[in-house]
Amino acid sequence: MTSNSSSDAFVAFERVQKSYDGEILVVKDLNLHIGKGEFLTMLGPSGSGKTTCLMMLAGFETATHGDILLGGKPINNIPPHKRGIGMVFQNYALFPHMTVGENLSFPLEVRKIGKSERERMVKDALDMVQMGDFAGRRPAQLSGGQQQRIALARALVFKPELVLMDEPLGALDKQLREHMQYEIKHLHESLGITVVYVTHDQSEALTMSDRVAVFEDGRIQQLAAPDDLYERPENAFVAQFIGENNTLRGKITAQNGPLVSVDVEGGLQVQALAVNCGGVGEQTTLSLRPERVSLNGDGPNSTSARVLELIYLGDHIRCRLEVSGDDQFIVKVPNGAGQKHLVVGEITPISWQSEDCRALDF
Amino acid sequence: MSDSSPVIAADGRPLKASLNRALRRQKIRALLLIAPLLLFVLVTFIAPIADMLFRSVENDIVSNTLPRTVVALDDWDAGSGETPDEMIFAALAADLAEAVAAKRHTQLGTRLNYELSGMSSLFRKTGRQVKKLDMDAPFREQFLEIEEDWADPEIWITIKANSSKYTAGYFLNAVDLQNGPDGIEARPENQRIYVKLFGRTIFLSISITLSCFLLGYPIAFLLANLKARTSNILMILVLLPFWTSLLVRTSAWKVLLQQQGVINDVLVWIGLVADDNRLELINNQTGTIIAMTHILLPFMILPLYSVMKTIPITYVRAAKSLGATNWTTFWRVYFPQSVPGIGAGSILVFILAIGYYITPALVGGTSGTFISNRIAYHISSSLNWGLGAALGAILLALVLVLYGLYDKIVGIDNVKLG
Repeated sequence: MTSNSSSDAFVAFERVQKSYDGEILVVKDLNLHIGKGEFLTMLGPSGSGKTTCLMMLAGFETATHGDILLGGKPINNIPPHKRGIGMVFQNYALFPHMTVGENLSFPLEVRKIGKSERERMVKDALDMVQMGDFAGRRPAQLSGGQQQRIALARALVFKPELVLMDEPLGALDKQLREHMQYEIKHLHESLGITVVYVTHDQSEALTMSDRVAVFEDGRIQQLAAPDDLYERPENAFVAQFIGENNTLRGKITAQNGPLVSVDVEGGLQVQALAVNCGGVGEQTTLSLRPERVSLNGDGPNSTSARVLELIYLGDHIRCRLEVSGDDQFIVKVPNGAGQKHLVVGEITPISWQSEDCRALDF
Repeated sequence: MSDSSPVIAADGRPLKASLNRALRRQKIRALLLIAPLLLFVLVTFIAPIADMLFRSVENDIVSNTLPRTVVALDDWDAGSGETPDEMIFAALAADLAEAVAAKRHTQLGTRLNYELSGMSSLFRKTGRQVKKLDMDAPFREQFLEIEEDWADPEIWITIKANSSKYTAGYFLNAVDLQNGPDGIEARPENQRIYVKLFGRTIFLSISITLSCFLLGYPIAFLLANLKARTSNILMILVLLPFWTSLLVRTSAWKVLLQQQGVINDVLVWIGLVADDNRLELINNQTGTIIAMTHILLPFMILPLYSVMKTIPITYVRAAKSLGATNWTTFWRVYFPQSVPGIGAGSILVFILAIGYYITPALVGGTSGTFISNRIAYHISSSLNWGLGAALGAILLALVLVLYGLYDKIVGIDNVKLG
């Protein structure tokens, strides 16, 4: 499904740059290849350039430099209405003066599809999102979730091969959002379409995507499958942005094979996996997931910590500890039988595997 | 809920009464806040207008000045074609003696002259002689001696027709009709001006509204879609005319449009127009349309702009992503959403135009004047306030009817000023 060379990519960004004012590059040298049928998510904080990339692909912004290819052909000079790309907008953009049926019929009318064929396609699309009875309603008469489904149906009704989604679930409440995530994922699987999805919600990205491109500062920081992204972040930004993360800073004192020894500020000495760090004597950021820390003293990296705060979250207990002068060290303790129960103020031993602690760029 | 007993509040009173009590203070305070303005508007605006409108039907001058004559005329058969008898002339003599003493007979003459020309001079002439009337001799002969027109039944018909306290005469006059001997009839051809004038006022107002829309829509679109800096400069240009005196602007059009004016000079210089065949651009309907379109344009642009500003760009993008060309996107997605602005702008411009006075008066000549110019003439020159009031009332009714029509066709909910 994934594709890494431009020849067989369905969508390709080749050295794309974008600037609005001629002074600042919003997108810096973007290279991205998306395979046919892939679900790719552009994830990043606001202002990271992800939406700009989507708008360039849709044709609403022009690339300052570089080529965007669709099915092997450059589309820089093709106007948006000839690109045949379906799009779901953040606020749905359902035309308020048309009924749901007319909204869905619109892309078919402009394609000069006959009336009976049009009606059949509209019905199929509405059934696909379980909104078959709503064709006569106006968008304002629908709830947010229903509007979302209609927007989805409208983007799919003319059977585009590529569908772009710009934070489509941003306006929904949490429960509905999670439900729609699965629905969009299932639609993607059953229709075999290619989806480029933009979001700033990392759990959404991890749930739905084949691959996630993490954007920051106009660049892709890491492009990987969700599990890789979470378990093997390649730099400090990705580690920090995806999931919860403990950060320790220190200086590399020795390198032995894949591991490095690091002197953490505050006097702690740890072993970590060298991923993206410099040589001996360089500064490094250590990344350690809270759930990979255990509350016992065995293992190569063990130290003692003082319990500062306990937050009960049902399935686990979130503990804030002070480790080597850092009072934001988080450990997640599963809420299960045989687990140690901590008390605020107590000193507890903690430890982790060297492989779980990743030495990244400073 | 409706058929069960009313909901009771905690203190045992019905909830509705409780709620009203709780809200009363708020209501009184709100009323007090608007009271000064309400009073001001009532005293200086609504009351004078109501008084003015009342004058369009008020007609007590005949019954007040000639009370005995009016009573005496009750028995006289207007259809008989005969001059009234001695008894009526005696009543007239008594009434006129009082009227002349109070110097009211000329007003009466002026009033009746609206209905029948010659009445004014008849009353003036008779008034001069009333003191010399011999109280014992038959009045009929004496009156006929003063002016033999008194024998004309037409005069008595007019007096009798106007003896009631209220009249539809002003309104009939305002639509080119009159009360004849055989009921309501059309005025003579050469006196019919008001229906034509109403028609022209409406036609010109529609033309002005239309040209404001055609010129204003693209500008409002630009204003709403350009970058903030550029659109701010454009907005100042749109508002600039607002900050210039209306008279100055209208006079500027005189300079530009007259036959020896800037526009004609340029056209002659280019060779588009022959020197001996210069365009007549002013003192006619063209002049009125041009000058008033210019003056009313901001009233079209501003509501359009404020509505267009609220149409999100994503609708346009969505339409394009769905495969619509630029034109289809505009016509099927953008334009329908700008209709509330068109409605608001058009109503505003049309209602302002239909009652406009100063610009048509200055650049309209004879063929480009509006009904309001005629109303002004009756209020300040001919002093026929009743007719002026009737014309004004008809204009007001016309605007309300058109407004209602608009509500029927487009829907008043579909009007947005921003």
